[in-house]
Amino acid sequence: MKLGFSQADEHFRQECADWLNGQMAGEFRDIKGITKLTGSPERRKEWEKQLAAHRWSCIGWPEQWGGRNATLAQQVIFAEEYARAGVPGRVNHIGIELAGPTILTFGTEEQKQRFLPGIAAGETIFCQGFSEPNAGSDLAGVRTKGRLEDGEWVVNGQKIWTSLAHISDWIFVVTRTEEGSQGPRGLTFLMMPIDQPGIEIRGIRQINGDAEFNETFFTDARCPADSYIGTVGEGWKIAMGLLAFERGVSTLGQQMGFRNELDEIIAAAKANGAAGDPLIRQRLAKAEIGLRLMRYGALRMLSQTDNSRMDGAALTYKIQWATWRRSLGELAMDVLGQAGEVSAHDEYEWDTLPNLFLFSRADTIYGGTNQIQRNLIAERGLGLPREPRWTA
Amino acid sequence: MEFTFTDEQRMIAETARAFFSENATSARTRAAMEGEGIDRALWRDFCQELGFSGISIAEDAGGAGLGLVELAILAEAAGAHVAALPMLGSLMLAAQAIAAGGSEAQREAWLPGLLSGEAIAAFVEDAGLEARDGKLTGGSGFVAHGALAELCVVTDGSGAWLVRRDAAGVSVSAQTTMDQTRPLAEVRFDGASAEALTDPAEGLAAANRAALVGLAAEALGGAQASLDRTVDYARERVQFGRPIGSFQAYKHRLADMMVEIEQARSAVYWAACAVDEGSEEAPLALHAAKSFAADTAFRCAADMIQLHGGIGFTWEHDAHLFFKRARSIQTLLGKGDWHREQVAAMILGEAA
Repeated sequence: MKLGFSQADEHFRQECADWLNGQMAGEFRDIKGITKLTGSPERRKEWEKQLAAHRWSCIGWPEQWGGRNATLAQQVIFAEEYARAGVPGRVNHIGIELAGPTILTFGTEEQKQRFLPGIAAGETIFCQGFSEPNAGSDLAGVRTKGRLEDGEWVVNGQKIWTSLAHISDWIFVVTRTEEGSQGPRGLTFLMMPIDQPGIEIRGIRQINGDAEFNETFFTDARCPADSYIGTVGEGWKIAMGLLAFERGVSTLGQQMGFRNELDEIIAAAKANGAAGDPLIRQRLAKAEIGLRLMRYGALRMLSQTDNSRMDGAALTYKIQWATWRRSLGELAMDVLGQAGEVSAHDEYEWDTLPNLFLFSRADTIYGGTNQIQRNLIAERGLGLPREPRWTA
Repeated sequence: MEFTFTDEQRMIAETARAFFSENATSARTRAAMEGEGIDRALWRDFCQELGFSGISIAEDAGGAGLGLVELAILAEAAGAHVAALPMLGSLMLAAQAIAAGGSEAQREAWLPGLLSGEAIAAFVEDAGLEARDGKLTGGSGFVAHGALAELCVVTDGSGAWLVRRDAAGVSVSAQTTMDQTRPLAEVRFDGASAEALTDPAEGLAAANRAALVGLAAEALGGAQASLDRTVDYARERVQFGRPIGSFQAYKHRLADMMVEIEQARSAVYWAACAVDEGSEEAPLALHAAKSFAADTAFRCAADMIQLHGGIGFTWEHDAHLFFKRARSIQTLLGKGDWHREQVAAMILGEAA
């Protein structure tokens, strides 16, 4: 058991930090510190290309496809330094972390050549078309239909919560391609270009006033017949495989973002005197402890394990960070007092901490609600009886 | 970075788990509770047959020279069975203090006996202790296994002394203690002859690190056992024609226990590693591990009672052993609020 990183890894950390800090002090200084996913989209697309030009866009991928074949430790380090340098989140997160690995794992050689170079180069931005108005937690209830017609897939239906669809080039869509099928059977995983008459995107205004999520409508939207990943009718397998990629090293970068938020709360508490309140002090300490435990939970999860007890870290990670961050938002407001409830902007727009308070209500919902997480933990982690579900 | 057990650590864990599950049975623990609060045969076997007592004591002091990760592994396994052992006083506190802060003669006089289990030591804290001309006056009403100890390591927070139980001016009386698996005693010194530890700062620091990690690990073991036992019960107990573990209200509560326990596990081994690697995070990690793991153990043991229904409230069921042990861990060596206040001072940049 070892926490420290090797000398070589620490060199790599320095290399990452130097390059990232250089960029944030130079050509890309205008995007430093942006925390909202929707801020400065055009510049952030250019940033994706800049990362690619210096081979930093997908370091965990094989070298052949634009990556660096980076070790897990190196990926952890890059993610940590990325956030520490105040670089905004990746607008192509979905492409790099989800679509790319899915194509690498399940795609054909031709699909790899068609998609991977564009994703790696920061030229193809992807978004995710999974949830529907009637298929949220119960994802297998999707109704968006796909049918083959004249050598093309024709898709009709509606997806929802498609983050950043409005700035994306491609969307992967779970469609029901087998007439009359139910649940996880008869689904196909399709890759569709967004810029076409059959796809319409409408922003959904959220409780923080922002709109990073969308509704995406498909009306005879089209893509070529060979646009499916895996096997026609077995898209569920691909969708589930993709979700497994989501718990990757990017979580460490996400945590550095949390670190920045907690540091801002600590600074606010010192500035306005809240730091003298013993109850606030207890909550600050709990937040700090929770954040550190998150880091070590993630490192456990990422370390090689054959110890079943250690795998519990992966299963509990989502509910842990989501619940922690939601509490952090509440702590932020209690530290700020009423000053947190008024904005300096004329628009209904919020600075980091009030925005954290509002946005973090989504953390315990998206990517599997806390309630769904508890079912998963109880069933997979503790072997308790399963909830009723679709019968195959 | 490899935050998982090595093969050697895994072997130690398997050996320790097997030892305690075979030997630290409920019947034996209960026999100890009825008696003096210690399973002496278990302690002798642990020290002599397993030979694990010196695991985190330096080799030149007669130990195995391994670290706090290994100590945590043992404490976790013992905690999973609420084993009635003097691990805290003898090994984590006294042996560590003497090994790190004692003179050659003090080590030779006491460590062989402590590591073989033949001698038992207790740790006495009294901030108002008077020390004059090698004589101590003071004491504490809450000394773990104090009634059984041949040796007391006594501290006022900065100095540290060794006092023999049979020295003149030492009086000891056992307390009726809520946690009967680690009974407390009142230990009083009235001008008792004492021998100062050569390097009290080093000795106390080592004892504090080992005891915080050890207690946190013990708490982790207890929390996990509380969950495991409740999960077993949830699968077999049928009401309304269904196993009660199939009800979401029930299984979500078990899931919440697991979420806490996984964090406690990260906390314990992070703190142990941080100390072993000399990381600057170690002080914060120790406060975090002790406070978090103790609270987790309490919550899980309390949930074990609730989720077992009436049977969980009986003397016959083991739930109360875990519940009472968890409560005592919360209080020993600083309550959670105190540890969190230390963390707050650190992150607010106020720490000395």
